Amino acid sequence: MATDGLHENETLASLKMEAESLKGKLEEERAKLHDVELHQVAERVEALGQFVMKTRRTLKGHGNKVLCMDWCKDKRRIVSSSQDGKVIVWDSFTTNKEHAVTMPCTWVMACAYAPSGCAIACGGLDNKCSVYPLTFDKNENMAAKKKSVAMHTNYLSACSFTNSDMQILTASGDGTCALWDVESGQLLQSFHGHGADVLCLDLAPSETGNTFVSGGCDKKAMVWDMRSGQCVQAFETHESDINSVRYYPSGDAFASGSDDATCRLYDLRADREVAIYSKESIIFGASSVDFSLSGRLLFAGYNDYTINVWDVLKGARVSILFGHENRVSTLRVSPDGTAFCSGSWDHTLRVWA
Amino acid sequence: MATGPAPSGGRPREQRPHLSKMERVVVSMQDPDQGVKMRSQRLLITVVPHAVAGGDVVEWLIQKFCIPQEEALHLGTLLVQHGYLYPLRDPGILVLRPDETPYRFQTPYFWTSTLWPAAEMDYAIYLAKKNMRKHGALLDHEKERYVQLHKRINHAWDLVLMQAREQLRAAKRRRKGDRLVIACQEQTFWLVNRPPPGAPNVLEQGPERGCCTASPVQMTKSLDFYKREIERYRKALGRARVKSSVCLEAYLQYSVQHRLHDPILSGCLPGNPWITDNAAYWAVNSPTAAAPTKLRVERWAFSFQELLEDPLGRAHFMDFLGKEFSAENLSFWEACEELRYGGQAQVPALADAAYQQFLAPGAARWVNIDSRTMERTLEGLRQPHRYVLDDAQLHIYMLMKKDSYPRFLKSDLYKGLLAEAGIPLEMKRRVFPFPRKPWHSSPSPAVLPTSGEPMVAGGPGDGDKVA
Repeated sequence: MATDGLHENETLASLKMEAESLKGKLEEERAKLHDVELHQVAERVEALGQFVMKTRRTLKGHGNKVLCMDWCKDKRRIVSSSQDGKVIVWDSFTTNKEHAVTMPCTWVMACAYAPSGCAIACGGLDNKCSVYPLTFDKNENMAAKKKSVAMHTNYLSACSFTNSDMQILTASGDGTCALWDVESGQLLQSFHGHGADVLCLDLAPSETGNTFVSGGCDKKAMVWDMRSGQCVQAFETHESDINSVRYYPSGDAFASGSDDATCRLYDLRADREVAIYSKESIIFGASSVDFSLSGRLLFAGYNDYTINVWDVLKGARVSILFGHENRVSTLRVSPDGTAFCSGSWDHTLRVWA
Repeated sequence: MATGPAPSGGRPREQRPHLSKMERVVVSMQDPDQGVKMRSQRLLITVVPHAVAGGDVVEWLIQKFCIPQEEALHLGTLLVQHGYLYPLRDPGILVLRPDETPYRFQTPYFWTSTLWPAAEMDYAIYLAKKNMRKHGALLDHEKERYVQLHKRINHAWDLVLMQAREQLRAAKRRRKGDRLVIACQEQTFWLVNRPPPGAPNVLEQGPERGCCTASPVQMTKSLDFYKREIERYRKALGRARVKSSVCLEAYLQYSVQHRLHDPILSGCLPGNPWITDNAAYWAVNSPTAAAPTKLRVERWAFSFQELLEDPLGRAHFMDFLGKEFSAENLSFWEACEELRYGGQAQVPALADAAYQQFLAPGAARWVNIDSRTMERTLEGLRQPHRYVLDDAQLHIYMLMKKDSYPRFLKSDLYKGLLAEAGIPLEMKRRVFPFPRKPWHSSPSPAVLPTSGEPMVAGGPGDGDKVA
């Protein structure tokens, strides 16, 4: 009825106002303990020397935009997925393709390698995450053993195995993340809180495990407790979609890359943003970020086809890498930190070292 | 590929923020004092004002943003590819030449950010005009598209031709210079919105985002959302925070400590496989290597977590615990991990196995947890779930971390490992003209030993001696 609608409108408006005012108070509280800037602390650290990284391998074989990639724990194999539905497993050291499967959907935006190296997961516009066991048996069709694990109500944007092959964490355009049991496809936990599409996630390397961070179109980065499904911390300083989140190696912080052309570092103990990595000449969004092994360098792939390398502590840009001929859509450092791999809309993947 | 429509209503979300940033740059470039030097450009007999040279554009970008030449050229090229600058000569190709080549700034009417629907009808009129103005002017791909359009909007073709003629007539009334400029502007617009085959489509976006909240959401869902937000803010206000100086100090320590272990920063011995094309580094550091390197053994002293993460480190720690008669602690911790990350169907069995082995009174490998935690755990085991051993696991983890681990680092066992550990010799890069050996393949983790297929040789290459 008309009066009910009016009442609900007022309630909604007042809730919104309350949320805004609490948000303001939170910012004030966070600022109270902020007694020094990162670049000030970093004055004591040596500057980085001349920095040279080149493309050492180029992986050609996708017929369309490469959207996602992940490393195998063996430090040389990778899985990559593309717009035309193809998912390829490569030994990137030899550049040989070892497995290939075609998904029944286009825009496979997420793919992940299982910790054992025996399976891969992928998904995209099919709103699902499927797991394929890897087999070298020539008589077996990889697609035949496919297992549909996750079901969302919108596109799958990211997926990751947890510490074993038996659980998968997914992020979706339907605004939620979810944890699934691979064997049964059972939903173990769902995570609600984002106000729009969730675009990325990363599991914390914490010793007592059990949290992960996600970023979305609502410009928020949220840290979740996997067990309870609750959001334990959230950060809202980006000005546009957050395309990528990645934990600092110690697990005490994470970096994010956004369409607002900046990357930012958030500290979990200080509960605030502690650094912004930006430059006036960098205009296009950052699509994916990852740290070098020591956490001193942040590699970020951008939609202007370049990769910028940042000094995490001093905040300066160390290097810009050219080579891709279209957007860089995905970037991951190898498990032992010897190289990083970038995937692009130019249909190729490159390994840099 | 058609461009996306103008931003859909509902969410006030700026799509493509890079476009407005590009516009700011382009506006700065046109500043009379601080902008790029403008000149009049003579093209045959026409003089076109307000032109800039490609080289000057690059120079301006270098000065304004303090960036190297390559980056300035790249940024300038993107500006041209997005249609914010267009070449006056050879307007068919959108590239930035860092020389005297003249360019002009696109009129805001045609700015890419307006995201005109660029409908088929408009494109058809444009091609028709081009065709009428000079027969044979259409390029091959344009001819193809013209023919396709003729088929698709055949019913409106009279309108297309009429519009085209009308626009050409109106154009004739303008001065030659203006006519040239307007033609270039229009051509650039269509090069961006209907790129020729092979040229990058800068307007292409991934799958649409934010559409799930574009439609008006039910009241209750919004109310719930804000209630949750308020709850979240309240909790956040109550949380304990650490001073920035303390937190940031930790990054310094971590980076300094791990610097020599970061192959990208400090290189690695015997050599980075990706650079030397030799997989020796991986062989020397394999999970089951008998002789760990010095760096690797040193790393076990950085934190308990790093020790456990390395299978070799964990194995040596297990040996040490065995000598102290507390190996069951680590085994229990591993059993808890197995439960936490195991398959859902295995949860009852795994929980029970852990209970039988480590927690039951009189168990073979009984672990010592405080009575309160034990009580809570046993209570929880009545209805086992994957997190039922979390408290016990944390207790044992902390015990090992605070007690056994420091002793391990001081032990003869560890000191011995450190002393024995070597530093691999640097491998010299093979120099041309020696023929390059094929890169070593390695067995995929997905190949099981019982598959009957021969294991592919994956041994280390030459020169991987360890000092």
